[in-house]
Amino acid sequence: MSLQLQDLTCGYGSRPVISHVSLEVHPGEVLCLLGPNGSGKTTLFKTILGLLKPRHGRVLLDGADTGSWSPRELARVLGYIPQAHTPPFPFRVLDVVLMGRTAHLAAFASPSEEDLAIARQTLETLNIAHLQDRVYTEISGGERQLVLIARALAQQPRILIMDEPTSNLDFGNQLLVLSQVRRLAQMGLAVVMASHFPDHAFLYSSRALLLKKGMVFALGRPENTVTEESLQRLYGVEVKIIRARLPNGEETRVCVPVTGAGGATRPEAAGEVGEAVPATVETAGAPCVIA
Amino acid sequence: MAPLRLPAANSSTTAGTAASPRSRLPRLQPEVGEAAAGRQGREAGSRAGWRTMLLLGTLPVLAFILSFAWGRYPVSPGELLTVLAAKLLPLPHTWPATLETVVFQVRLPRIIAAMLVGASLSTAGAAYQGMFKNPLVSPDILGASAGAGFGAAVAIYFSLGIVGIQVSSFLFGLLAVLLACSLSTRIRHDPVLVLVLAGILIGTLFTSGTSLIKYLADPYEKLPAITFWLMGSLAAISSKDVLGVVVPVVAGLIPLHLLRWRLNVLSLGEEEARALGLDTGRLRIVVILCATLMTAASVSVSGMIGWVGLIVPHLARVVVGPNYRELLPASILIGSAYLLLVDDLARGLASAEIPLGILTSIIGAPFFLYLLLHARRGWV
Repeated sequence: MSLQLQDLTCGYGSRPVISHVSLEVHPGEVLCLLGPNGSGKTTLFKTILGLLKPRHGRVLLDGADTGSWSPRELARVLGYIPQAHTPPFPFRVLDVVLMGRTAHLAAFASPSEEDLAIARQTLETLNIAHLQDRVYTEISGGERQLVLIARALAQQPRILIMDEPTSNLDFGNQLLVLSQVRRLAQMGLAVVMASHFPDHAFLYSSRALLLKKGMVFALGRPENTVTEESLQRLYGVEVKIIRARLPNGEETRVCVPVTGAGGATRPEAAGEVGEAVPATVETAGAPCVIA
Repeated sequence: MAPLRLPAANSSTTAGTAASPRSRLPRLQPEVGEAAAGRQGREAGSRAGWRTMLLLGTLPVLAFILSFAWGRYPVSPGELLTVLAAKLLPLPHTWPATLETVVFQVRLPRIIAAMLVGASLSTAGAAYQGMFKNPLVSPDILGASAGAGFGAAVAIYFSLGIVGIQVSSFLFGLLAVLLACSLSTRIRHDPVLVLVLAGILIGTLFTSGTSLIKYLADPYEKLPAITFWLMGSLAAISSKDVLGVVVPVVAGLIPLHLLRWRLNVLSLGEEEARALGLDTGRLRIVVILCATLMTAASVSVSGMIGWVGLIVPHLARVVVGPNYRELLPASILIGSAYLLLVDDLARGLASAEIPLGILTSIIGAPFFLYLLLHARRGWV
């Protein structure tokens, strides 16, 4: 199922936070949302999820306007993954995941054996079945984030909305969560993900949307949109984009902030940190090989 | 160049699902093929087994039987069974008439009332703790008790009689919550926070009203009556009162019990619950309506009884965990047994009745401290 935003304008009270945003996300795609704090990423998500009414424009799911959909109907299509947080009660992990089944239950029903099987399946999909009897408030932040992803998968949605899924995670957990996100897209889900790191757009997304003051600043393939110039204009900081060849032959780009006299981006400096993994580094269009 | 190319989306699954938009997610392939490992034969999402529930279920039954035996005219379990059975079976009348009076006129109504009030306050407290995402909330958070107390004070002031007191207290309890809710809809803010603030506001208003009436009331007759009513007691309960309370209590209990799974989801907060498919606005109204019906009905016959709605859900959480699926029934069972036993103390501890509300506070406060000190972190 594809998600389409048509000329969407929304906000709180009389102040629009998002203006005239149009985009489309298809199954198998990861759209990465970049933008400084206050650029409207969360507001955009709230509008897509039906938590805020659009002031203008429409949110379409496979061409159908969701304006009149109930929360239940929306939740069967849209899975929302908030930042890992601490709920007021120490629910068991399996119970947290089962809550994802709410939209599929009759009004007065509790989850059935079938729902339980689906919840366990999603935990297995994310390789965290061993956590199922642990207490959600007592596991690590990375594990909590994976549990929230499992909960969204238990909704059996077509589209995943992730609000900075890695913001509270350590380096290893970030990569773990993001590689799962990419895997889910490969399974046929459409993913919209907000991030604070341009690198995430390069590594895990097929397209990037740059938001500036609620307007679309750029939308397209990450390598075309996430550029030194656009990041400078978006965040007001100077960065270098470095291309690196990974051991498996794939190429990726890395965003490096320019500090001081640009020392951090000099090939020798990069070589010092990059020695363990042989990589081709290219700065300012001049390729050079570091072995 | 294309540094990162997504492998072509899994064609077989994608094609199938894109065609049927709201259908199921294709079965995601687990990387570790241990599908069977997760199925250990536990019942659906239940932490506390049926054994625990059964054990909890015997609590109110034991308390019920014990309560007949306790008091100035002890009724043994054998006598109790005989008298009860005689209502259904043609048994020879071999017991003194006093026994029957004590069982049916005095003790039975009081025991049932205590159990109903205990179950109501505990259930309402448990539901509110989830709805307000706060484990320190009690059933009077929206002003139900304050309103009911005011209603009773007004009725006593105007000498309206026992039925008048109950009706007035019930209606003012409902009115207070209604005011708090309608006030909260006028303020555009986080709906849960606004509800709490509105409840505190309305509660304070009604408490001040009660103080004013106490100040104006005749200090020899009415002031003691109001004060005594506010302390809470089940001493004057009759079978008619019980019948009056049963209807609103059951009317509130059944929907809450049926919606108990959704209370879990509601406790995650407004936006997350809605994103999970819950119509939070409607559910909140139902929860408030049910909890208020139960609280106002209870307070109208028993007066102010504090701490029950706060500590019983915590106790239940320690026993069965935070999942409302088990927590709500456990709160009902523990709550009814707890208040019944405390009421037994109220009528039997000293030669004169001790007001029930005073006892629940005296027992409740240190007990809560004990729970805070010893329970697992986050469970209280």
